[in-house]
Amino acid sequence: MERAEAAPTLEAFPEFEVRRERGLWSDAFRRLIRNRLAMAALILLTAIAILAVLGNYTDVVQRYRPSAQDFDVVNEGPSAAHFFGTDSLGRDNWSRVLEGLLISLQVGLGVQAIVLVIGLTVGGAAALGGRLLDNIMMRITDLAYAFPDLLAIILLRSVFFGRDLPGVGHDASQRLLVIFAIAFVAWVTVARLVRGQMLSLKERDFVLAARAMGASPFRIVFQHMLPNTLGPVIVAVVFGIPLAIFAEAVLAFIGIGLPPPTASLGTLVNEGYAFIEVNYWIVVFPAATIAVLMLCFTFLGDGLRDALDPMGR
Amino acid sequence: MTGYIIRRTLWIIPVMWAVATITFFLMHAVPGGPFDRERELPPAVMQNLNRKYNLDKPLHEQYGLFFWDLAHGDLGLSFRSANQPVTDLIRDGWKVTAQLGVVAFLYAVVFGMTLGAIAALNQNKMGDYLGVFFATAGAAMPSFIIAVFLIIIFSVKLGWFDVLGWEFGNYRKMVIPVVSLGTLPAAYIARITRASMLEVLRQDYIRTARAKGLAEYVVVLRHTMKNALVPILTVAGPIFAFLITGSFIVERIFAIPGVGRRFVDAVFVRDYGMIMGIVLFYAAIIAVANLVVDVLYAAVDPRIRYR
Repeated sequence: MERAEAAPTLEAFPEFEVRRERGLWSDAFRRLIRNRLAMAALILLTAIAILAVLGNYTDVVQRYRPSAQDFDVVNEGPSAAHFFGTDSLGRDNWSRVLEGLLISLQVGLGVQAIVLVIGLTVGGAAALGGRLLDNIMMRITDLAYAFPDLLAIILLRSVFFGRDLPGVGHDASQRLLVIFAIAFVAWVTVARLVRGQMLSLKERDFVLAARAMGASPFRIVFQHMLPNTLGPVIVAVVFGIPLAIFAEAVLAFIGIGLPPPTASLGTLVNEGYAFIEVNYWIVVFPAATIAVLMLCFTFLGDGLRDALDPMGR
Repeated sequence: MTGYIIRRTLWIIPVMWAVATITFFLMHAVPGGPFDRERELPPAVMQNLNRKYNLDKPLHEQYGLFFWDLAHGDLGLSFRSANQPVTDLIRDGWKVTAQLGVVAFLYAVVFGMTLGAIAALNQNKMGDYLGVFFATAGAAMPSFIIAVFLIIIFSVKLGWFDVLGWEFGNYRKMVIPVVSLGTLPAAYIARITRASMLEVLRQDYIRTARAKGLAEYVVVLRHTMKNALVPILTVAGPIFAFLITGSFIVERIFAIPGVGRRFVDAVFVRDYGMIMGIVLFYAAIIAVANLVVDVLYAAVDPRIRYR
């Protein structure tokens, strides 16, 4: 800015010719790194993810089994022996929060992975597959907007409740079914977004140019159009992670999440409410963990949006 | 305009039909039936119950019968709550849910707009940073997390409010549920208010208003706020719908006997009649809220014309 005011001639920019051309992505990356709040969120999330993995697979960090009961220490506050205190059955809250943390991360990322695949496929098909397909897709998304999200997730989850997927075991299939129930409702936003982007890209000059030069439809879609839709899609997907974590917590909170003894953060909050007047530490830690997770993903999403869409603000 | 309203109203009918159809088949796909108990009922009793509620008929006949009754304004009986009509049960719950929802809506609008306006008028100053931080943080705070901290601080520690219950007009029972439910939409409204006020503050007519020496509060309230209202109005419909359909969490925490809690209970015991009734009821509220907002939108901004 200052330089531009000083002397608007080419010589005034010694680095102008030397500087290598920066693409959209490295530009966006630079903007993201400069966003302190988003970077703090990213670092914190990385630390949390490492902690969640270590806390579920190493004894040093986990310290106690999440389901092990010790009736000598019931309803205790935080101490050196039990960092987050113990619950009404003498279970260690630290190990239980770590278990729930891993579930929340799995659900958040798993749901958005599915949403990304369905959203790109359905949105792309609607935009490129002709009018009839587009109309059908749009009526389906209209319908999804008319149906209250959380109610649909609750209904779907209860349809899946108690059933297992073939070949992956009870625990894994219950986790997957929770993820499916949420993803099945959450894909609509991304699909609409992809469709809108694709429809406007289809009319742009560079796509016309590629077509005029004889590029195959496959190449046009994957080389020219898809990369240009990714920016907003990434932002939407990252914003979707806290929503998925929230949806799982709600399911667990009303008691149709993962079957016990597996406890996700929502289950812990639900159980903790019953003891809020006796020992509020039981509910404080899982609630704070959900809050931190959702905040970090939201701040990261904010940073990504500003980085990928500098005109947006 | 009238034609637009009529067409939009008629469009609600196919949407409701589709919602009902999906719900019907989803809830019949839930494992178990409404009369499964820990202790099994005698076969003869089961048979009679199933006959009374048409559950012995093939699924497509049940589907037809449901819509036949619905067309006559009858949502049927609750399968669990001692044969009470679903419409009565919803009406009982709706009174409480509507009180909670409307108060939370007012809180969200007043608090959110004030915060957004303060942030916009102090752009890039302390008030702005605080406002933006609250708006971003609050938008990621689900009701049952806020409620945890509010209950611990204000009920358990300070004893200002009650831990459970709802009573319209009794602040001890109203403040925490309303704040828990309304803070997320308040943060959302604050964000939109800030953005749209910043937009309006850049307009020429604001400069004109200042130039002719109007008092600052007149500039802010009459010229800025009024014009910044339009984008806020567009989200008012979805937010109202969110408050009504999302209140089941708060109703559960505070043991408030609203519609949402009845829905959760109904899913647990597979009370088909109640599930269907409440889903349709919610879908209707969403549709009507969106319609009202679209019509208001045209009334507020004469540049918008519906065809």
